[in-house]
Amino acid sequence: MIAEFGLAALWLAAALSALQLALGWMALRPGGEALMPSVRPIALAQALLTALAFGALILCFARTDLSVALVVENSASAKPMMYKIAGTWGNHEGSMLLWVTILGLAGGAVAILERRLPERTLIATLAAQAAIALGFFAFLLFASNPFARLALPPLDGNGLNPLLQDPGLAFHPPTLYIGYVGLSVAFSFAVGALVTRDVGPAFARAMRPWVLGAWIFLTLGITAGSYWAYYELGWGGWWFWDPVENASLMPWLAATALLHSVTVLATRDGLRAWTVMLAVVAFSMSMIGTFLVRSGILTSVHAFAIDPKRGTFILGLLVVYIGGALALFALRVSTVKEGSQFDPVSREGALVANNLLLSAVLGIVFTGTLYPLFVEATTGEKLSVGHPYFDKTAGPLALLLVAIMVAGPLMRWRRDEIAAVVQRIALPVLVTAIALLALILFVPGIRVLPLLGLMLAIGVGAGSVAPLWKRNLRRTPLFTYGMVISHLGIAVALAGMACESAFTKETLVAAAPGAVEIVGPYQVKFAAIDPIAGPNWTAIEATLVATRPGRAAITLHPQARMFAQPPTETSETAIATLWDGQLYTVLGKDDESGRWQLRLWWKPFVTLIWAGGALVAIGGALALLGRLRRELFPRGRPTGFLAT
Amino acid sequence: MAGVKAKHQRLTLTLLAIVAVVGATLLAMSALKDQAAYFYTPGDVVKDGVPMGKAIRLGGMVVDHSIVHAPDGVTIDFKVTDGSDTVPVQFKGIVPDLFREKSGVVAEGRFVSSTLFLADTILAKHDENYMPPQMAGKMHESASLDTSAKTKALQ
Amino acid sequence: MKTVRIILWLPLIAFVVFVGFVAAGLIKPDDMTHPSKLVGQPLPEFSLPASQQGKPGLATADLRDGKPHLVNIFASWCVPCAAEAPQLDQLAQAGVDVVGIAVRDRPDDTADFLQRYGDPYKRLGADDRSQVQLALGSSGVPESFIVDGKGIIRQQHIGDIRPEELPAILSTVQEAK
Repeated sequence: MIAEFGLAALWLAAALSALQLALGWMALRPGGEALMPSVRPIALAQALLTALAFGALILCFARTDLSVALVVENSASAKPMMYKIAGTWGNHEGSMLLWVTILGLAGGAVAILERRLPERTLIATLAAQAAIALGFFAFLLFASNPFARLALPPLDGNGLNPLLQDPGLAFHPPTLYIGYVGLSVAFSFAVGALVTRDVGPAFARAMRPWVLGAWIFLTLGITAGSYWAYYELGWGGWWFWDPVENASLMPWLAATALLHSVTVLATRDGLRAWTVMLAVVAFSMSMIGTFLVRSGILTSVHAFAIDPKRGTFILGLLVVYIGGALALFALRVSTVKEGSQFDPVSREGALVANNLLLSAVLGIVFTGTLYPLFVEATTGEKLSVGHPYFDKTAGPLALLLVAIMVAGPLMRWRRDEIAAVVQRIALPVLVTAIALLALILFVPGIRVLPLLGLMLAIGVGAGSVAPLWKRNLRRTPLFTYGMVISHLGIAVALAGMACESAFTKETLVAAAPGAVEIVGPYQVKFAAIDPIAGPNWTAIEATLVATRPGRAAITLHPQARMFAQPPTETSETAIATLWDGQLYTVLGKDDESGRWQLRLWWKPFVTLIWAGGALVAIGGALALLGRLRRELFPRGRPTGFLAT
Repeated sequence: MAGVKAKHQRLTLTLLAIVAVVGATLLAMSALKDQAAYFYTPGDVVKDGVPMGKAIRLGGMVVDHSIVHAPDGVTIDFKVTDGSDTVPVQFKGIVPDLFREKSGVVAEGRFVSSTLFLADTILAKHDENYMPPQMAGKMHESASLDTSAKTKALQ
Repeated sequence: MKTVRIILWLPLIAFVVFVGFVAAGLIKPDDMTHPSKLVGQPLPEFSLPASQQGKPGLATADLRDGKPHLVNIFASWCVPCAAEAPQLDQLAQAGVDVVGIAVRDRPDDTADFLQRYGDPYKRLGADDRSQVQLALGSSGVPESFIVDGKGIIRQQHIGDIRPEELPAILSTVQEAK
């Protein structure tokens, strides 16, 4: 019954979204004003019904209802409750339902909360949101029905891939989805503003919390995904430039650019057309990301199953939404009045540089990700693009971007004097120079990219807190703290990346129990090797005891695991986190003469990468909090060049 | 000044944006020429010549009885064939579980001499979660990372 | 400002080009399936122990008895294998000698599977480490090989056998006689 109830709710929600689109359309036509008040309640009802449908699916999973095909394929009665519930979205159909649920709830939130935007623009926004939802409802109902029943219910389900029985992964996809959906709201705002030709600060202020929220979740999602790949894959790397990873990075790059340009629009009423364009691009990137992952036209280590029909469906949606929005942009934007002017040397100027560089990096990642597809379509040759390409192209641009990050927040809006800016950035520049000198003196032989990275990380770390210099810290707005912490987070992450790249030590040996190996500052004793068993797996486990002068000994247990249902072999890394780095160990195969392959890494300060990512997200959250507080409880506008 | 400059600023910004994106794409394309790893079979290598020093992917079958373990316990030598030609490969690292003789393999790496391909990654061409096209997606949709199918070598 | 107008259409044009390439990539059949190099060749030598009590195992010699066989590679943990079970039953009823290889499967699970979805297999070998599966050039489950009376592989069928594919398979088996 629950499944039918869920399906009915889904159909109703789909019908409501069609109604919302039609009513919105008619309300915007001459003489349709009378229809306007009906749009908001429909958006709310649609949100409620989608949430009900999603709740029904969760209930099916929680009860392990084996007459529902999706449950059989992705769950089993013996699974812990947490993973039963996480199983709801650990598969294609469920994750798409989660997508539309978040989309519906976001639409409902816009309908309730947004009061400052002109009513016409809001109606156009809600209509655009309904159009997006309608497409995804159609996708769910016609190409991936999550509530499909099985004629012959089996005795038990097939379980969930053991790799997915991991708390990190259970919450990773929803995090990214919230990010994607947040960008869809920004997209709807942009379309709404284009329809009513009302691109201005009010539109930017309405859109900004959504962009900020989406960006926070994307940051968290990418950071968590990176750490997951790092400890789960056992290859010692934290980013593989894999198409699935790039699919989450591209929307983040676009959202980061959008976040900065929307600030210009909200504060100074500049960069109108550009901001609208970025909103369209950001959502396009999340759609393209979803498409690339779901259609499987790019092969990836993240082996998602593939369905050409679904790929075609998503591509169709992509064509309608993005093509439509770009056409609307081309038709309308020349009638949007140009925003206010600014000097090249100004906060706006720095933000434009930020946007251009981010767009360039985005272009590079996009080209690199799709190049194999392009070549195969034209010449039939197969190739892959990896680290060397991205390091050579995106690396230097990203460093340049980080360098600009120091100056930007220290510049005044509208116009500034070069001499004054130089004076303000003198201290960070000095710190950078000292860092460079120290690195060259004390770390001879360091490669160029890590050297520049580490130098900039130190300089930017100093520069990012400079905006707080000589300010009344108690009266500094929360969103300024947010910016400072986010920028500091970038510096921290950069430091981690540079350290990992420059100072990692690795040892790969075949060792018999009793042997002692050396990696970095550690002596690692291969103490024992034993077979062990878990609830649904068996494993060979090594016991490693790592010692270092003056520190307590650490015991690590890397495993080679065999899962029974479905049969899979995985290697479980054992990682010891210390304040100055991580000891990362992997157990390989035996050579049939009593020796086992061991792979040991000492990675100094590698944790800074994810700590930095978390800081960036925390900064974003503070900024969002600050913005919302100001929007909801407006007080006097602050003065001074740092106020935004 | 605002009136004249107004149009100019918008145009300048537009052009800047185009230059940035087009420039990035051109930079990307030129870098891709050198950095993209093409896929070769042993037959391609014999036919087109050895792409010395270039990062490529070499695909084929592991020749039966060709895997030789070096005394250090972590280096292996084996031969890859496509039925007609054969290329010797060396790899240092932990091989995937599914890597075995007479099964498919893709080795990422480069030729260090005309007679030796040094692999830094081995991908075994076998996937437990493999699904035929008709069923794929419908039945086994999960973000499964086939950890067993790929291992990284000593960099 | 004509130039500006044209510039405004550039993003759309770029997008259309992108969609064109992607659509071309979608339409082209992907090579997620790995056809076996052994089609048209004799079967490799193997001998698998019995998976179930009371049912013989499977060896190459069993497939050279002058009759065509359909060798079905499956596992109880594989969902499409359950989906193709009715088709295999129909083939068995139509007189085709269906033999099975259970891949990486526990005998108890296999028994449950057979009880639940039917047992069309005349012989059933247990391939606990996928060795025979790989030797046959099969890269996944389910797959079926049509082998003629001399033990030569006539056809490889990748994926589950669907009802609409039954006539084609039946006629291949007839030809293999």
